[in-house]
Amino acid sequence: MLEQYRICQTTGLRVFQSTENLIKANAVVAVIFLAIGGLFGLSIALTRWKAVHLLPADWFYLALTAHGLDVLVVWIVFFEIAVLYFASSVILGCRIATPRWAWAAFALMLIGALVTNVAVLMGNSSVMFTSYVPLKADPSFYVGIILFAVGTLIACFVFFGTLVIAKQEKTYEGSVPLVTFGATVAAIIAVFTLASGAIILIPTLLWSMGYISHIDTLMYRTVWWGFGHSSQQINVAAHISIWYLISAVVLGAKPLSEKVSRFAFLLYVLFLQLASAHHLLVDPGISSTWKVFNTSYAIYLAVLGSMIHGLTVPGQIEAAQRKKGYNNGMFEWLRKAPWGNPAFSGMFISLILFGFLGGISGVVMGVEQINLIIHNTIYVPGHFHATVVAGTTLAFMAVTYLLVPLIFRRALILPGWAKAQPYLFGLGVAGISVFMMGAGTLGVPRRHWDISQADAILPYDFPGAANLMMGLNGMSAILAALGGFMFIVVVVGSILFGKKIDASTEVPIAPPEDARVVGEYGNEDHPAIPGTIALVGVFFVSFILYYFVNWKYLAEVWPLR
Amino acid sequence: MSEENHQEAADSNESERIPFMQQLLDNPFLLLFLGVTIPTIFYIIWGVMEIVTIPIAK
Repeated sequence: MLEQYRICQTTGLRVFQSTENLIKANAVVAVIFLAIGGLFGLSIALTRWKAVHLLPADWFYLALTAHGLDVLVVWIVFFEIAVLYFASSVILGCRIATPRWAWAAFALMLIGALVTNVAVLMGNSSVMFTSYVPLKADPSFYVGIILFAVGTLIACFVFFGTLVIAKQEKTYEGSVPLVTFGATVAAIIAVFTLASGAIILIPTLLWSMGYISHIDTLMYRTVWWGFGHSSQQINVAAHISIWYLISAVVLGAKPLSEKVSRFAFLLYVLFLQLASAHHLLVDPGISSTWKVFNTSYAIYLAVLGSMIHGLTVPGQIEAAQRKKGYNNGMFEWLRKAPWGNPAFSGMFISLILFGFLGGISGVVMGVEQINLIIHNTIYVPGHFHATVVAGTTLAFMAVTYLLVPLIFRRALILPGWAKAQPYLFGLGVAGISVFMMGAGTLGVPRRHWDISQADAILPYDFPGAANLMMGLNGMSAILAALGGFMFIVVVVGSILFGKKIDASTEVPIAPPEDARVVGEYGNEDHPAIPGTIALVGVFFVSFILYYFVNWKYLAEVWPLR
Repeated sequence: MSEENHQEAADSNESERIPFMQQLLDNPFLLLFLGVTIPTIFYIIWGVMEIVTIPIAK
C-alpha cells in the first residue's frame, strides 16, 4: 500500500505521514530534555557564582553530570535525528526507510536517556559527562548510554536507507540538495562517534559490574574522546546544514557554489573527527607527533571547511538579498534582513557567535603550546558553550520556528516572545562563553565546586577579576535560561494551543517566498558579496590578533631567560 | 554509421562523464567508509598503539 503524504504549501515538499510523526516525536523529546538539562545548567552557574553558591557539593556534581548528558547528548542527538529525517525523507520527497526500525530507534534512545537520568538522579553516578575511569558509576548509567547510542546508530542507518530509497525511486535528479548532503556528513560522523563509544563503554560497563578488573585511564580517555568530542562534530555538520536550510527557506538563498560548499563538508568527513585529540594535549604517554598531527595539521583542514561555510552562508544571504534589490552600500542587505523572524535572527546570531567565539577559541586552544595556559580551566566550557550552545542549540531553536508551522502545522503563539527570544538567549550565551573564557584565562578551574577553597589547608585566592567574571557568568546564565524558558513556552504552547494551519491561515511569522530552493541543486547565478568579504576580513583580523595575543600571554607565563 | 555520427556519440559520452569528485560526493557509502576509516587509523589505532607501546615500569 502506498503511504500517504501531503504537499507542504510553503516549500512544495512532499511530507510523508510516518516521517512527520517521527520528526515530531524526536523534536518534542529533544525539547523536553533541553528544558531539564537547561535547569541543571542554571543551577551549576549559580553555584559557581561565589555570592550565590546555590548547591551543596554532592548536588553540584550530580547536576553537572545530568546537565552534560541531557543537553550535550540527549537534546542535541534527538533533535539531530529529527533533522536527519527531515533532510532525507522530506527534502528528497520520498518515504522513510523502515519506519518501524525508526520507531525502535526512538524507543531505545528514550529508554536509554531515561535510564541514565535515573542513574544520575539516584546520586551514585555523579561521574560527570566524561565518566573518566576510575570514577565508577552505577552499571545502569552505562547501560542507558549504550542503549541511547544503539538507538542513534539505528536511526542513522534509517537515514542512509532513506537516501537509497530516494535514489532508487528517482525522487531527485543528479546530486542531493546541499542540506541533505550536510546531514549525510553529520550521519557519517555519528557512525564513527557511536562506534568509538561502544568500543570503550561496553568494557567500562563490564568493569562497573565487576567482570573486568581494570580499565587503563589513558586508553579510556583516548577512545572515549573519539565519542565525546566527535559527538560535538555531528552538531557542527548538522547546524551548518541548518544554516543553509534556513537561509534557503526564509530568503530563497541558493548556495554561492555547490562545489565549494560540498568540498567544505568533505573536509569535515576526512578531518573533523581528529579534533578529539584536543582533550589529550597535556596527557603523558602519547607523543607530540600524534597530538600535533591530529590537532593541528589535520584539523586545520577541517577549520578551512568551517571558514568556507563562514563565507558561503552569509554570502548566499547577501546574494539573495541583493537580488531582491537591497544593493545600497555594503550592508543594506544585512540591515534589511528579516531580523524580526526568529528563524533568521537565531540562525545569524548562531553563525556569528559560533565563528567569532567558538571557532577562534577552538583553533587557538588546539595549539599544543597555547593549550597549556588554559587546559582544564573553565576556559574549556567557555569555548564549547560558544560552539554547542550559541552555535548548535541556537541554530536548532531557530529551525524549530520553521518546523512548528511546517511540520506541526501550528501557528506560533506569542510572536513577540518568539522575536525577542534569539536575542536574549544569544546575549546570555555570549556572556557565558566570554566570561568563562576570561575566568579560565585567569586560571579558574573547571568542574570545581568552590574555587575559594574555604576548607583547604593551603587556601588560594584568585584575582578579584576572576570572581567578578564568575558572577557575570551567573548573570549571563540567568539571561540564557530566560531565553530558553521563552523558547520552551513558545514552542510547547504553539504545539498544544497554536492555531491550526490550513490553506486559509495566515502565519504570523511567515516562512518564505522562494522556499522551494531548499530541495533543489544549483548555484546562485551572479553572486556579488562585498559586504560578506568585509565581514570575513573583520573575522580574520580578530583571529590573527587573538592568536598572537595568546602566544604573547604564553611567553609571559613562562618567560625565556 | 558516418564519421560525423561517431563524433556526436563521442561528444555525448564526453558530456555525460561524471567528474571524479562528483562521483565521490554523490556516494554516501564511500564517504561513510572514508569518514570512519580515516579517524580510526589516525586517531584511534595510532593513539592506542602509542599507549600500548609505553614501557611498563619495573
